[in-house]
Amino acid sequence: MISVHFPVLLVVVPLMAAPVCLLLRRLPTATWVVATAVSWLCLFFAVSLLLRVLDGGPISYLLGNWAAPWGIEYRVDVANAFVLVIVASIGAIITPYTRQSVLRELSPRRIYLFYVMFCLNLSGLLGISVTGDAFNLFVFLEISALSGYALISMGRDRRALTATYRYVVMGTVGATFYVIGLGLLYMMTGTLNMADLAARIPAVSHTRTIHAALAFLTVGIGLKVAMFPLHTWLPNAYTWAPSAVTAFLASTATKVAVYVLVRVFFTIFGKADVFELFPVRDTLMGLAIIAMFAASFVAIYQDNVKRMLAYSSIAQVGYMILGISFATVTGLTGGIIHLFNHALMKCALFLAIGCVFYRVGSLNIRDYAGLGQRMPLTMAAFVTAGLSLIGVPATVGFVSKWYLVQAALERDLWLIAALVVASSLLAVIYIWRVVEIAYFRAPPEGAPAVAEAPVSLLVPTWIMALASVYFGIDATHTVDIAHKAATALLGGGS
Amino acid sequence: MSFPGLYNYWIVIVLMMAGFYMVIAHGNLIKKVVGLNVFQVSVFVLYISMGKIKGGTAPILEDGFTLYSNPLPSVLILTAIVVGVATTAMALALIVRIRDAYGTIEEDEIDAQEEDS
Repeated sequence: MISVHFPVLLVVVPLMAAPVCLLLRRLPTATWVVATAVSWLCLFFAVSLLLRVLDGGPISYLLGNWAAPWGIEYRVDVANAFVLVIVASIGAIITPYTRQSVLRELSPRRIYLFYVMFCLNLSGLLGISVTGDAFNLFVFLEISALSGYALISMGRDRRALTATYRYVVMGTVGATFYVIGLGLLYMMTGTLNMADLAARIPAVSHTRTIHAALAFLTVGIGLKVAMFPLHTWLPNAYTWAPSAVTAFLASTATKVAVYVLVRVFFTIFGKADVFELFPVRDTLMGLAIIAMFAASFVAIYQDNVKRMLAYSSIAQVGYMILGISFATVTGLTGGIIHLFNHALMKCALFLAIGCVFYRVGSLNIRDYAGLGQRMPLTMAAFVTAGLSLIGVPATVGFVSKWYLVQAALERDLWLIAALVVASSLLAVIYIWRVVEIAYFRAPPEGAPAVAEAPVSLLVPTWIMALASVYFGIDATHTVDIAHKAATALLGGGS
Repeated sequence: MSFPGLYNYWIVIVLMMAGFYMVIAHGNLIKKVVGLNVFQVSVFVLYISMGKIKGGTAPILEDGFTLYSNPLPSVLILTAIVVGVATTAMALALIVRIRDAYGTIEEDEIDAQEEDS
C-alpha cells in the first residue's frame, strides 16, 4: 500500500517538484500548476495521516528500512500530524492566491523561481514537522530557512534585501546554536533519535553538558520562533516580502518553530528533571508576557499596516510561548490551539492586506481611507480576522485565550490571567485604527478609483477569514486534537 | 584530563567567540559573513573532536585494530558544511544585490539611506 509511505512522500513530493518547476522556467503558468497540485497533494497526505494517527496511535516510518535509532525515523503522532495539516492546508489555500498576487508584485522572469522556492520551503517545513530525528530536523530547518530567505528577498522594495540579510545572519546563528546544543546532547547520549534521546537523557541530566545543551537549543529555536528579545529580524522581513510570501511564512514558519520548541521541551527533555533545576519555564513566561505587551504597543504606533501585523505576530507568538511555559495539559492545549488559530487569522489578515496592495499599491495606513466602501469584501475579511485576533467570542481567538486564561487560573496565577485579557485590549486599538480609517474617513480628493480585488485573491482570503470564525464556533474537533496532542506530549514523549 | 589534553575544545571556544563577535561588531556586510563562517567552523571542530578517540582508527574491521573513532559526527558535519556553503552563497548573493541597490555594503551607510527614504 502506498499509504504506508505518506510520511516520506510529504517531504519528497514537494522536494522533487522544485527542480521540475526549475525545468519549466519558460512556462510560469505551468510552475504554478505544479506548485498548486503539489500543495493539495501534501494536504491530502497530511489529512490522511492525521486521521490514521487519531485512529490508531503514532506511526513510525523507517527511512530506507534502517532500524531506528541508527537510521532516520519519521514519527507521526497527534502533535505533529496536526502541525502537518496546518502547514499543508495553508500552503494549499495560498497557492491559488499566489498566481495573481505574484504576477503583480514580481518581475515576470522571477515567477518560476518563486514556485521553486515555495516548493522547497513547503518541503522543509513539512520535513521539520514529520521527522523523528533531531539532526534531520536541522537539515530541514535550513532548507526551509534558505528558501524562505530567497522568497523574502523577492520583494520589490530594496529594503527587502537588507531585511533578508539581517534574517540570514540571525537565522544562521539560531540554526548553529541548535547544532551546538544537539552536539552536546550527542556527546552525552550518543544518539540523535528524539525518542531515544528522551530515554537516555534522564541518566545524565545532572551534567553541565546537558544544561548547556538545553540553553543552546532554547536560544537557537527562540531565534527561529521570533521569541521576544530575539525577534528583531521579523518586522522588516515580513514588511518587505511579497504579500503572498508574508502570508505563507507568517502562518507557517514561526508556527513550525514553536512546534520544534515543544518537541525539545516535552519530548526530548520530557523525562528529565532539568526544568526543576532551572527556571527555564518561568523565564519563558516572563518573556512571553513582555512580548504580548511590548510588541502590541509597538504595533499601535506603526503607520505601515503590514509592519503593524508583523509586530502583532511577535505578540501572538508570546501567547503560544505562554501556553508552553505553563507545562500543564490545559496550558499546552492552549498553546497548540493558538498555533492553529493564529495561523488561520494571521493568514487571513496578511492575505487581505495583499488584496489591498494589489489594488492600491500601498501599505501605508493613510491610503486605506475609504477602502471600507471601495473594497467592501476585502475589508470585511480584514475585520472578521481582526476580531478573531482580538479574541471576540465566536471566533478562534476567543477559544485560545479561553484555554490560556483557564490554564493560568488552574495554577492560581491570577495576574497572568488578567494580563492575557488586558493585552487583548491592545489588539483592539491597532485593529480599530485600520477599521476607523478604512470605514470612517473619506478617500482624499482626486484619489484614483479602486475596484474590489479579483476573485482569485478574495476566495482564499475569505476561506481563511471564515475558517477563523467556523473553528471559533465549532471548536470541538480542534480542541480535541490539541488536547490529545498535549496529553501525549506531557505523558513523556510517546 | 590536564589542560593541554583537551586543547581542541579551547580552540572551539575561542573560534566560536571570535566569530560571534565579528558578526555582532562589524559593520561591513562581508566581514559579518566571514564571522558567521568562523562561528560555524568552530561547531564543525566541536563535532569532529567529540568523535575522535586517541589512537582510534577508522571503523573498518581489520586484524590488529580494536579501537575505533566514531565516524558519525564527521558525517553529520559533512552535511553541516554543505548547509554552511549554501548559507554563505546566499549571503554573498544578497550582498551583491544590496550593493547594486544601495551602492555600499557598510551597515551604517545603508541605515542612513533607509532612514532618509
